[in-house]
Amino acid sequence: MTIDSNRRAFLRHGTAAVAAALLPVTLVDVAQARGVEPFTFAVLSDAHLQQMRGAEFVRSWDRGLRRAIAEVNLLTPAPDFVVFGGDLAHAGRRDELDHGAELLSALRAPVRHVVGEHDYYLDLGNAWSQLFGAQWYSFDHKGVHFIVLNSVLTDAAWMDAYSARPRERMEAVIGLGQAGAPAFQVGDAQRAWLAQDLRVVSKPTPIVVLSHAPLQRLYRGWNFWTEDSDAVHALLRPFDRVTVIYGHVHQLQYSRVGNITFFSAMSTAWPYPYPESYAQAVDVLPTLSIPENRADPFFERDGAGWQFINLASVKTELYYNLYNNPARSVIVNAHGDPEDTTYAAAAGRVPSQQHY
Amino acid sequence: MWRPDLYLNRPSILLAWLLSGAGGVCVAAPLGLPPVPVPADNPITEIKVALGEKLFRDPRFSRTGAVSCSTCHEPAKAFTDSPLETSEGVNHLSGTRNAPTLANVAYFKQMFWDGRARDLEDQSRHPFVNPVEMGLADRAPIIALVRTDPDYVRMFREAFSKEPAEIGMQEIMKAIATFERTLLFGDSPFDRWYYSGERGALSEAAQRGFKVFMEDGRCQSCHTIEPAYALFTDNRFHNIGVGIQRVERDLSRIQSAWLTARARGINVDKSVLSSGTSAELGRFVISEALDDIGAFKTPTLRNVAVTPPYMHDGSLQTLREVVDFYDHGGVPDATDPVSDFVSGGIRPLHLTDEQLADLVAFLESLTSPAFAGLATATKGP
Repeated sequence: MTIDSNRRAFLRHGTAAVAAALLPVTLVDVAQARGVEPFTFAVLSDAHLQQMRGAEFVRSWDRGLRRAIAEVNLLTPAPDFVVFGGDLAHAGRRDELDHGAELLSALRAPVRHVVGEHDYYLDLGNAWSQLFGAQWYSFDHKGVHFIVLNSVLTDAAWMDAYSARPRERMEAVIGLGQAGAPAFQVGDAQRAWLAQDLRVVSKPTPIVVLSHAPLQRLYRGWNFWTEDSDAVHALLRPFDRVTVIYGHVHQLQYSRVGNITFFSAMSTAWPYPYPESYAQAVDVLPTLSIPENRADPFFERDGAGWQFINLASVKTELYYNLYNNPARSVIVNAHGDPEDTTYAAAAGRVPSQQHY
Repeated sequence: MWRPDLYLNRPSILLAWLLSGAGGVCVAAPLGLPPVPVPADNPITEIKVALGEKLFRDPRFSRTGAVSCSTCHEPAKAFTDSPLETSEGVNHLSGTRNAPTLANVAYFKQMFWDGRARDLEDQSRHPFVNPVEMGLADRAPIIALVRTDPDYVRMFREAFSKEPAEIGMQEIMKAIATFERTLLFGDSPFDRWYYSGERGALSEAAQRGFKVFMEDGRCQSCHTIEPAYALFTDNRFHNIGVGIQRVERDLSRIQSAWLTARARGINVDKSVLSSGTSAELGRFVISEALDDIGAFKTPTLRNVAVTPPYMHDGSLQTLREVVDFYDHGGVPDATDPVSDFVSGGIRPLHLTDEQLADLVAFLESLTSPAFAGLATATKGP
């Protein structure tokens, strides 16, 4: 296949024809001028594999991840690697992590792992690390510096109180909107490591930070929160172009803070927030929320999905592949802001499901 | 009462349910069906219906002179070619798809199993030139014939006020679509029970089956039933696990080859009917969205009992096989591996044997009086 037909195929996978037509045709040249070889990588996140008993796992979560894996394996051109964005397990059990590692082994591309709070809080990431290695690390790929953080740590005093009660510790952390859930943080030790890591990175080098929590203080009520995000941003501020991709939120978010562009990854399992009638409670939505187009709860995982990222151009492009929904794309516009031009306009939205 | 045998001998019986209205005629929808949507640029007229029917049944528009639209959509078989699994065109060449019924086709939003035609008019132009259907090299012979045959000349003049030299594919497509738009079949035992309150119209088993259809069976989420009418389709595309297994192992190569071929301008209609592998990509061949891999249009369930076999490839022979397939979560046998691409709406249902039997009884209650005399699908164990 020529580069052209490859690229066309690639674009068609992830986005409507309208969005594809907006993409720069000088994709490759721009990238070469900046010393970045064009490449893509895929992000899968928040599979929440949950063990019922023995070899029995929640079917819907399994199938959400299986589908994402099967679809990623179809991408043309193939992604250079796949990031798993955390919360592979639901209750943090070794069986769940083993099961997830086995499912992910079907991916044809190598996998880079990020730890999530559901993976971490039962045994402080012990089983996870045995399978997937360090909880924070960096690597370089085709001119881009990748940094993986454990952004689901919390303060030592809170941890000490639960040191002998691992299951209660997990339960206290994973309930969204639960009083007493501790705020996540990157923490002093990891920030010191990050500062050290960045010392050898040149200012124009594109940086991609992979994190489970948003690395922003978005909404404490749902723990979409990183307590020391200002300090992390300060470390990243000197660089020309920083992209943060995070999981955790199970919804599509994008934003920009100075030189840092943020994108969320969707969950392969279920979308959040839940419809009010399912949650059995009035939910307070953060301002600026656009109700998600989760039109039909009959289709398990409707609104869940995964995404792949094109870093080839100056504009970072994220393609969201959503189950049972039109694919969406978020592309950094001429002002440097990430934008979903189709869905941000009210006319482009699918009315949200109000009941369950 | 409309019956295929009457219809075959006396097409004028059709006029009985055409009511005159301003700028064309209104077609009265039978019990259980909504008003017929008619495009503004193609109003229904009696002469156009008659012309469309003549075109529909005329085998001269095929390469061999032996195949017409009605070969695969035979009125006496509820507008299908039951019991063929996949349709046969010129020289008995087989396609890849089971012929869907044209009964109530007026209500469908996209045509063909993969929705590659946007309406009936658009759909009608494709089979003439598909190598495994009517097999013409191009559409010139169709136009030549209708411009010279005296009957057609007269009817086109009356229907469209056009002289022979002005007749083109547009008029032919509009006439065929108009005829198809009048193929309305409701008034089934279910309709009389549900929409007319006739308590005795439905057997006890079928009534229990209706409950399964609406609740534990999860059927009506796609095969929709509305308060005032029932089309039994959501007009959407879903991968329910049929056909995808045949290509899943080699899917990466198949879909990549398809995208390359499509970028080079391949003819979609010819490809999907002649290539068993790209045919199984389903809606993906049009949308190229990963979510549509192996997804096919939800067919109506009206008259389903008389139109075996089932699914887009005719791979299931009986209604019992169909309900078992859904009960197993998208596989023929409960122990078969489920495709990774199956829609999130499909999952094991764990219905009881009685529920499954009741469900079949319900499906058998959806037959319109016109087709009540036709043989039904053999019941499985």
